[in-house]
Amino acid sequence: MPLLDVRDLSVVFQRKGTAPVKAVDGVSFTVEPGQTVGLVGESGCGKSVTSLAIMGLLPRRGNKVTGEVMFEETDLLTLRPQELRDRRGRDIGMIFQDPLSSLNPVIPLGVQVAEVLERHQGRTRQAALKQARELLDAVGIPDPARRLKEFPHQLSGGMRQRALIAIALACKPRLLIADEPTTALDVTIQAQILTLLKELVDDSGTALVMITHDLGVVAGLCDTVNVLYAGKVVERAGRHQLFREPRHPYTDGLLQSVPRLDVDRGGRLHQIRGSVSDNIPWPEGCAFAPRCDRVIDDCIGDTVPLEPTRAGALRCTNPVPREVPV
Amino acid sequence: MSGPGGIATLADHKRKRIDELIARTSDAGGVSLIRDAGRRLLRNPTAIVGAVLILLFLIIAIFAPLVAPHDPVQRFPELTKDLTVDNIPGATAGHPLGSDPLGRDFASRMIYGARQTLFVGVLATLIGLLLGVLLGAIAGAVGGWVDVLVMRLTDVMLALPSLLLAITLVALASRSTQWTVIIAVAVVNVPIFARLLRGSMLAQRESDHVLAARALGVRQRHIVLRHMLPNSLTAVIVQATLTFAVAILDAAALSFLGLGDPDINRAEWGLMLGVDGVRYFEVRPELAYFPALAIILVALGFTLLGESIREALDPKNRR
Repeated sequence: MPLLDVRDLSVVFQRKGTAPVKAVDGVSFTVEPGQTVGLVGESGCGKSVTSLAIMGLLPRRGNKVTGEVMFEETDLLTLRPQELRDRRGRDIGMIFQDPLSSLNPVIPLGVQVAEVLERHQGRTRQAALKQARELLDAVGIPDPARRLKEFPHQLSGGMRQRALIAIALACKPRLLIADEPTTALDVTIQAQILTLLKELVDDSGTALVMITHDLGVVAGLCDTVNVLYAGKVVERAGRHQLFREPRHPYTDGLLQSVPRLDVDRGGRLHQIRGSVSDNIPWPEGCAFAPRCDRVIDDCIGDTVPLEPTRAGALRCTNPVPREVPV
Repeated sequence: MSGPGGIATLADHKRKRIDELIARTSDAGGVSLIRDAGRRLLRNPTAIVGAVLILLFLIIAIFAPLVAPHDPVQRFPELTKDLTVDNIPGATAGHPLGSDPLGRDFASRMIYGARQTLFVGVLATLIGLLLGVLLGAIAGAVGGWVDVLVMRLTDVMLALPSLLLAITLVALASRSTQWTVIIAVAVVNVPIFARLLRGSMLAQRESDHVLAARALGVRQRHIVLRHMLPNSLTAVIVQATLTFAVAILDAAALSFLGLGDPDINRAEWGLMLGVDGVRYFEVRPELAYFPALAIILVALGFTLLGESIREALDPKNRR
């Protein structure tokens, strides 16, 4: 049985007097215990909104969330706020994009780590601080005893993200959602943080949902990858499968947009033409059609269904052909 | 030629130097926000001038019985002897600032006035601050119709000129006492504090670290009190130091209009300036000059200090 089973999740943002915006449109995916699943796509494709909807962190007003988010036996969307609060941080941890703004600037780091332990494990401040020191040590922060007393602005970016990871994993959650955890960091630090995340997740058996636009992160970390476009999953496949044989033209375009050292350095980098705003609504065909190189007449008309494939699933009428082994 | 030993010592030397540098940078880093702000305050001449002024008046207020040459309410025969409406004695031996219109020692009354004036100013500010923070925090944290209600209330209060509002409040009380003045001046400042705090609370509510705290399942009450409020207080604290000055001037204005403390024996600068100072200005203008100067200096002290605190707490000024 999957640990997390997201079924037909939709988020519609609606404000009075404006047309509703469907940010997430019938997204389904599963996460097995201990597995690492990637949600990939460009800005505005609905990755972050999906993660916030799973956590129940969307604003109370102005949006409508439908579908099911089954975590083990319970549908998180039907839980009362109090029950959901008890689970957040204990069963599901979350790491955000910007480590500086995610930490409270006026509270010493130690207290922020201790807070979650006091909240969910009923520790005293004293015991929680002691455990906080061990946690900081475990995420590779040198001299944790001193760092406990320091404020977020006194730490480096990498150290702040390490601290956030320590906080997120403090109560040993079964699921960790990481929303672009390396975007705000230096390239050199990015690799360290990803390695650390992988180690911790592997050691503790925590499942990880990795939300990213960085295919390098996906390649290094994820078991299964869901590619999102305009609020819908357009392709799902295992990591190796996806990188070796992308079937959806969007996935293919993303992969080709990654700079490579081994080919044609003089040439221009491949780019997907247009931007996310050049969509057509999903009910009238494939949203990606206006930007697609492989568009055919059948792409316009009806919603393109997500069909299961041997490797996962695909939403495309004219997919990139599979390379035939010679 | 240097052997391996030479290289080793060089490396040692370098390592020591690097350790030194690391130690130094981490020392500079090990300073809290508040302590760093305090350090910058001490280096700021404006802050020093403000603090010295306030401290000076505080000492005078606290040790008034020791500093003052005489009892502030006692009438002295040597002063009342020649006292008429057209002649109020100036400086004489034992009475450095001369007499007030009732033959009391003016210098002593000025000194005791510091007590009364600071008491009114500080208390009015603190009460205003407390009420304002309470209202603003509730509005910002709860939102919805509570927010609308509180904000419309402050709108109404801000629509009236502050002095007019204070006069109305004093008039509403059946009997004017020292406390009606304090409360009136405090209430006038409530909407300013409330709006200020609500604004920063709203900004905090949308901030990433509050979202992160919610993602950890932290309780709502805890989020409001521990995460949103402390981050919202800087602006209010600074506003409070500026309000001290305004409160003292407001209280003085009420006294000037005859709506202040009815106890004519009590020495208060606003009262001294407003009643005696104005009435006998042509006979002895010092009766107006000294209280006016004292009020201006205290107000200046608080304004200077408040402005410097604001500067020191601004994260952009951090090293």
